[in-house]
Amino acid sequence: MQEHDHDHDHSHLDEMDLRVRALETLLTRKGLVEPAALDRIIETYETRVGPHNGAAVVARAWVDAEFRQWLLQDATAAIASMGFGGRQGEHMVAVANTPDTHNMVVCTLCSCYPWPVLGLPPVWYKSAPYRAKAVMDPRGVLADFGVQLPASTQLRVWDSTAEVRYLVLPMMPPDAKGLDAAQLAAWVTRDAMIGTGLARAPQAPASSAPSA
Amino acid sequence: MNGVHDMGGLQGFGPVRPEANEPLFHADWEKRALAVTLAIGAGGQWNIDLSRSARESLPPATYLGSSYYAIWIRALENLMAERSLATREEMRSGTPDGTPPAPFRVLRADAVDASLARGTPSARPIERPARFGPGDRVLARNIHPQGHTRLPRYVRGHVGTVVLVHGAHVFPDRHVTRTLPPFDEDPQWLYTVVFDARELWGTQADAHARISVDAWEPYLEPAPGAEGRP
Repeated sequence: MQEHDHDHDHSHLDEMDLRVRALETLLTRKGLVEPAALDRIIETYETRVGPHNGAAVVARAWVDAEFRQWLLQDATAAIASMGFGGRQGEHMVAVANTPDTHNMVVCTLCSCYPWPVLGLPPVWYKSAPYRAKAVMDPRGVLADFGVQLPASTQLRVWDSTAEVRYLVLPMMPPDAKGLDAAQLAAWVTRDAMIGTGLARAPQAPASSAPSA
Repeated sequence: MNGVHDMGGLQGFGPVRPEANEPLFHADWEKRALAVTLAIGAGGQWNIDLSRSARESLPPATYLGSSYYAIWIRALENLMAERSLATREEMRSGTPDGTPPAPFRVLRADAVDASLARGTPSARPIERPARFGPGDRVLARNIHPQGHTRLPRYVRGHVGTVVLVHGAHVFPDRHVTRTLPPFDEDPQWLYTVVFDARELWGTQADAHARISVDAWEPYLEPAPGAEGRP
């Protein structure tokens, strides 16, 4: 699948813009789609469903041992109890990172991804480099993301070939100890829940004053 | 199908290059492409396996040379044309040609939330017991179906271990065999099977990596020397 090559892009993108406009116009005129329904779908994934959902799940598992156990035993139910579920997350499995084992999730055949907890997948997840490399050289993929783990760490790659969707439960950084779930959610990145990153302290805002 | 979509283990694509601060959509048309695909799909004229099959069936150079949502749109056009939901000329011009539309379940705005919240669960009841259980050594069969399948080439002929049993799920290879509903769901037991990286990729591979796929029972046999449950 092609990455965005800038020179080639403009005529291709103008063509797609016209093509999709014509298609949507046709389907509306034929009564096959309701424009307000299309808007609602877009709005759902732009605002309501995104990685903030997964971050809340992970943060809760970090502070609540009983919830963590439920999440690892029946992720679909545990995640549903927080109000998340549905399309592309009907059958969830949570996989926990440990000091010995690091998990990574991929869909080599297309782009299967746990939408209810992570929203829509990023371009890199759906593209050939990741799909090709994750199952053959996961340590190399981590290096592409600037992540280095001890050579003895077991890498466990999950290829999502069916409708089961995987959520990585990253380890809680030691520095995060003592924070509550709401604060901890900011430590959980989207990439940490895919397995191409680690949980880390929230990025300081650009306008923050320098430390004394 | 042994198509170019079956990418596990391919080389030459270079490093993974995440875009810094990547937007959710790169253009307005991508948003509309997502919405139209989901909305028309909700009409039930095909299923998720048929839609994946349609994307995989694009000409290889088209698949490899298209951006993600461009693949979706091309496949959607093919799915609709095959079922006479729209003609190519109508799609090109944006103008209905006056043919009375076939009955179609339109997704209404006030039904979107419930539809997305429901999703399309693939789990199904099954009477016969699972052939395999956790810890069983299994062989991924050396099969090369011409139609849609979800057994990637890189595991075929390799021996792994069952780690999870997921109950029975709609079987994609059969689910695509009819163009229109009712579809043949043929529920099959679904397993997560894990393989050592060195089993898949040889002695050069990482000694500390294991890779799993989710495989339906028809994809598996007992490993040589092992037997499934009676």
